[in-house]
Amino acid sequence: INHIVHNGGLYKRPFNEAFEETPMLVAVLTYVGYGVLTLFGYLRDFMRQWKIEKCQNATEREEQKDFVPLYQDFENFYNRNLYMRIRDSWNRPICSVPGAKVDMMERVSHDYNWTFTYTGRVIKDIINMGSYNYLGFAQKTGACQEAAAKVLSQYGAGVCSTRQEMGNLDKHEELEKLVARFLGVESAMAYGMGFATNSMNIPALVGKGCLILSDELNHASLVLGARLSGATIRIFKHNNMQSLEKLLKDAIVHGQPRTRRPWKKILILVEGIYSMEGSIVRLPEVIALKKKYKSYLYLDEAHSIGALGPSGRGVVEYFGLSPEDVDVMMGTFTKSFGAAGGYIGGKKELIDYLRTYSHSAAYATSMSPPVVEQIITSVKCIMGEDGTTIGRARVQQLAENTRYFRRRLKEMGFIIYGNEDSPVVPLMLYMPAKIGAFGREMLKRNIGVVVVGFPATPIIESRARFCLSAAHTKEMLDTALKEINEVGDLLQLKYSRRRLVPLLDRPFDETTYEETED
Amino acid sequence: QEKEELIEEWQPEPLVPSVPKDHPALNYNIVSGPPTHIITVNGKECINFASFNFLGLLNNEKVKSAAQASLKKYGVGTCGPRGFYGTFDVHLELEERLAKFMRTEEAIIYSYGFATIASAIPAYSKRGDIVFVDEAACFAIQKGLQASRSNIKLFKHNDMADLERLLKEQETEDQKNPRKARVTRRFIVVEGLYMNTGDICPLPELIKLKYKYKVRIFLEESLSFGVLGEHGRGITEHFGINIDDIDLISANMENSLASIGGFCCGRSFIIDHQRLSGQGYCFSASLPPLLAAAAIEALNIMEDNPDIFQTLRTKCERIHKALQGISGLKVVGESFSPALHLQLEESCGSRENDVKLLKRVVDYCMNSGIALTQARYLEKEEKCLPQPSIRVVITVEQTEQELDKAASLLKEAAQSVLN
Repeated sequence: INHIVHNGGLYKRPFNEAFEETPMLVAVLTYVGYGVLTLFGYLRDFMRQWKIEKCQNATEREEQKDFVPLYQDFENFYNRNLYMRIRDSWNRPICSVPGAKVDMMERVSHDYNWTFTYTGRVIKDIINMGSYNYLGFAQKTGACQEAAAKVLSQYGAGVCSTRQEMGNLDKHEELEKLVARFLGVESAMAYGMGFATNSMNIPALVGKGCLILSDELNHASLVLGARLSGATIRIFKHNNMQSLEKLLKDAIVHGQPRTRRPWKKILILVEGIYSMEGSIVRLPEVIALKKKYKSYLYLDEAHSIGALGPSGRGVVEYFGLSPEDVDVMMGTFTKSFGAAGGYIGGKKELIDYLRTYSHSAAYATSMSPPVVEQIITSVKCIMGEDGTTIGRARVQQLAENTRYFRRRLKEMGFIIYGNEDSPVVPLMLYMPAKIGAFGREMLKRNIGVVVVGFPATPIIESRARFCLSAAHTKEMLDTALKEINEVGDLLQLKYSRRRLVPLLDRPFDETTYEETED
Repeated sequence: QEKEELIEEWQPEPLVPSVPKDHPALNYNIVSGPPTHIITVNGKECINFASFNFLGLLNNEKVKSAAQASLKKYGVGTCGPRGFYGTFDVHLELEERLAKFMRTEEAIIYSYGFATIASAIPAYSKRGDIVFVDEAACFAIQKGLQASRSNIKLFKHNDMADLERLLKEQETEDQKNPRKARVTRRFIVVEGLYMNTGDICPLPELIKLKYKYKVRIFLEESLSFGVLGEHGRGITEHFGINIDDIDLISANMENSLASIGGFCCGRSFIIDHQRLSGQGYCFSASLPPLLAAAAIEALNIMEDNPDIFQTLRTKCERIHKALQGISGLKVVGESFSPALHLQLEESCGSRENDVKLLKRVVDYCMNSGIALTQARYLEKEEKCLPQPSIRVVITVEQTEQELDKAASLLKEAAQSVLN
């Protein structure tokens, strides 16, 4: 279904998002493929149980054999029989900077992926389309690395204390002021891990008696944070504004489920770019709804900060909106800034509250100083404050790379999900056998890609995901495209029939919402 | 129409309540420069008795140069989770070294200390399983338990009789419903050296209970790794217990190893499961390679100089003795624990007033050149909130004069503030 939306002037530019439907034949064949694999799985399990085949799993200790088994047999069925076959597509060890080209350690398996041995050889110069290196700041030379080296020799690598105790360095204060300026908000706070930023701060903001409306495809950290908070969670269909509006209306009109008391507050959790779909949140509509129904918005810009917007300030700038409309702007430093950690930006009262009550401020060690310096230098570079135009050039290069890459892939006939401007490009594979085959074939041709299957995606919609980078030159993209074309023909991946469904938003049916127990 | 009115009328609470300006946790101490032995807090130079830098490795030149070399080779960030091109050879090396050091089969690294135990527990313990946990368990363990949705049973701190009572109760429950009992997993979660009270858990008795009632043990060794035991291997070495008897050992690298992150070690049967179901492992970027290299070098130093552990222990005993007998403050913690608490002997009525009083003691010491801090807790979130206290941390870098100076200064401070 292709959406080109100009919804009543809320959008200042065309919003092109496409999720082409799975061709029927492909869906059937995919189910058949999984069916065959499951049958074989049962057969092998049977053979292993009857000792016809050697069992290569690690097993429980002799002394503890009469304890309650730690894992259910069935839980691991998928792991043993499907994941093991193509395990070499993941956890590939690299030994150089994760830049546009990367060196990978070669590993072979002589027993069908149960164990790996490293041959000691290094495969050099693999085009890296898997690392989240959107603006190319993963470098081992340059201003960022030099500044980080200086700070490392001055401050050391660790901190050994929490923010509230003795771990608040002057570097952290500098970083937070800079991030607040970059985002255009009053104040910001930085944390050591992006995942932990979500899972430790959402419980500090909402609690029992509050309502969380979360997108279907939210990241595990948002889901965990929502669960830990104890609030009621309701899920709306991915990026579907009618679904969200219906939930909001119902929530305010009916109140809490059993007592009918009004909700204390409503928090909407959305992401800037969804990393598995490549779609961008419909921010103007979400903000309009939020204002109409007086709820709060929590925007997780893990992938979109630095990657969208004419000056890299994220999805808010991309849509030309004001950062004051978003109540809580959260993001991570891992992707576009080449460091590690997360931040939350917003009004001063919000950040003061988080400084006092966030779980991370009281119990978790603060960020390491060289990492902080890397972020400071890269943010200054993007803003142009270091006196060069490198930052601006990179943001533009990324946008050009994105448009070029997506256009060429669509022309070749692949099914590509997501918005035209998102640097995350999912290419649909569907069938389980092709997941492993695609990864291996691309590696043979010296291109590193990421393939994902169940459970990160729905069972028939497995995909390969390309992450574009400003460090990719046009030649690299052309080489990659040529190889993808070859492999696409080899594996018959060109499913697209370019069927455009006429200009309606995704058809809306009765929402099913789930409520979680306390 | 009615609905429109309801929507109009509804007023939500403000997103966050306002925080009073003088809230004790709001105004952070600003440390300029590295948080090492001599630390500059709020502009004043002090001797550091507040950072968990037990082995003094924060400022070690060898560690820093190893990290520099790694920075030159890999840059700063890893730009991806472990599954998608975020696994570097340094990570694999660090995991091997940790497993070898702790004499277990395998180890797994997390990029954040808090997330280590908070992701490890929910990977094994699910809804319907039973976890017996000590009351004084740290906040990270509490969050891990909350995320796992299991039945939590708290037993009194270090009270084996209480734990045995709970286990016996569970046994009688099991006999009523044997089918359910056969699939309910049971775990005991304890810490080697408790952060909140400074004492150790009675591990030999726990092992006996483990085999008697068939429960698995998860040991959290953040403070005892690199402190207890002849070679720093933690509480198992301290008591001379076979490490395979403990199902999972989890520790963070932010205390003795002066790096960032955490690790879990144990048998491959147990650790391998976390590679697919540890949330903080699969869904989060991996540890920056320079921090992993720093940890490897720190481990090298620990292996090459096994006498620093004895030095640390002597210093701890010295100051533990010196701090006895301060009027108004009592020492909480074992004599060989490098992280002690000083609590008020008599509370003045409310927690707020206690906190204010302790703050005056801390300020007195800071003005005279000893940097101390109060132990910070989230008052509303902790299950069993400990008493307000001052944290005293001992490191190998502190000389005997400095230890004596700290002890006498605390005596003075207590005299002047509390009397």
